[in-house]
Amino acid sequence: MFAMFAVWRRNFLVWRRLLGPSLVLNIGEPFLILVGLGFGVGYFIGEIGGMRYLDFVASGIIASSAMFTASYEALWSVYTRMVPQRTYEALLATPLGVADIMLGEVLWCATKCTFTGACILLVVALFGSVHGPGALLALPVVFVSGVCFASMAMVVTTRARSYDFFSYYLTLFITPMFVFCGVFYPVEVLPPAAEAVAQWLPLTHAVALLRPLVVGQPLDQPLLHFAVLLAYTAASLWVALKFARRRLLV
Amino acid sequence: MISASGLRKSYNGREAVCGVDFSVAAGACAGLLGPNGAGKTTVIRMILGQSPLSGGELAVFGMAMPAAAVKVRARTGVVPQLDNLDPDFTAAENLETYARYFGIKAAEFAGRKEALLDFAALGGRGDARIETLSGGMRRRLSIARALVNDPQLIVLDEPTTGLDPQARHLIWARLRQLRQQGKTMLLTTHYMEEAERLCDEVFIMDTGRIIARGAPKELIRRTVEPHVFEVEAAAGAAAAAAETAGARVETVGDVVLAYSAAPETVAAALKTVAGADVLHRPASLEDVFLRLTGRGLRD
Repeated sequence: MFAMFAVWRRNFLVWRRLLGPSLVLNIGEPFLILVGLGFGVGYFIGEIGGMRYLDFVASGIIASSAMFTASYEALWSVYTRMVPQRTYEALLATPLGVADIMLGEVLWCATKCTFTGACILLVVALFGSVHGPGALLALPVVFVSGVCFASMAMVVTTRARSYDFFSYYLTLFITPMFVFCGVFYPVEVLPPAAEAVAQWLPLTHAVALLRPLVVGQPLDQPLLHFAVLLAYTAASLWVALKFARRRLLV
Repeated sequence: MISASGLRKSYNGREAVCGVDFSVAAGACAGLLGPNGAGKTTVIRMILGQSPLSGGELAVFGMAMPAAAVKVRARTGVVPQLDNLDPDFTAAENLETYARYFGIKAAEFAGRKEALLDFAALGGRGDARIETLSGGMRRRLSIARALVNDPQLIVLDEPTTGLDPQARHLIWARLRQLRQQGKTMLLTTHYMEEAERLCDEVFIMDTGRIIARGAPKELIRRTVEPHVFEVEAAAGAAAAAAETAGARVETVGDVVLAYSAAPETVAAALKTVAGADVLHRPASLEDVFLRLTGRGLRD
């Protein structure tokens, strides 16, 4: 077990140096989206599902930013360490194995997500969208979502031959989830076929868990949502490990 | 310490290592020599458990590979062919984080950090970022990094490739120091001089096979004549003269190499060739290597 945390620790130490820029990014971006969408679009929409549109978007953004943070880290940063920087080659000359490296990376991605999530939660609280300390329960859910999205991205990274390859995954999978999985409007308003597809996607379930926790509404079918996230995690990790072994142990 | 028998590795049907047998005794320094593509790095990857075997048996520290990969790597230091130091850390941080991968805590390691930096002749440069270090400094830091776990076995893949002579001599001195400390070493190299200076035993590989083995001096004695005359200019006449004097002659481009066990006769014959520029030197491992692996380019 120490092995996985050694990888996590390495990434943490590097990230700590870049704390300034990452704070600006993690607080600045959601702030801008909330001001723009929450107040701008919210002016025309008013209320949605018994809450201000601003609160609706704010709670959705927490889920989508978990997805983006985990995906970017597990795509670009992991690829950088795996290929140009050859960090894993150095790690594989120590007692660490491929599984330690992969799990350490996923753990790290989820940690970074949770930090980003905490920043956004703070911003959201400033806008008055948070209804009580129960919203802190959103952070462990952000962590679980981060593990899920990082594992999925890892499947792509371990097969990628260049950074360009990630465009497929982002455009064909991540962006559609951002648009169709309930971040900006309830999935129920989609045509039935589209809604059915959205119900199979992990971001829908991350949103379904995070929104009620942030705005202080009761959770609906939490076990189902967790089960979907965990199923995506388990399947992706299994495949990513297979790909990583094939790539690194040749 | 290492013993391989019938060791094989193939990639998609192409045989990279085709059944090699060798062993390295504890405390010895062994060299794997061979042209590019001979299979040296593949053998090393198998020794480190980074590459599954396609056939044969391989034991390191008496444990079967690749099953014992984690245990073997815990007791082994590795200097890779291309530097893979962590560019996000300073020199000292590189050593610390690497020690952590072996489960060595920062507090335990603090006492050894300076000693390792000194060993690498990087005392006082601990705070330097990796991109500010020269190639030789990075190589030395890689060697220091390979020592963080106080390994019994050190594996070096082309430790001095691409370095200037000063840097190379410093690294040789350090490797001899490690050998005196009783470390077992396995190194690959293209530089025959390096193998002659450092290795107790060498294995010459070509196209996945070991084609010769032995102590460098003994291998030279066994394979080539003890004296070499290199002749530049007037190559045609020199070749004829040397051949008449009983030498074995090879022509490489515009240089004639005459190998002989009777140097006086050949020297006398070459003196008669007008304009010939003659260098007389003892045979080296390079002559053995070229004799065995040929002079064709290996790209």
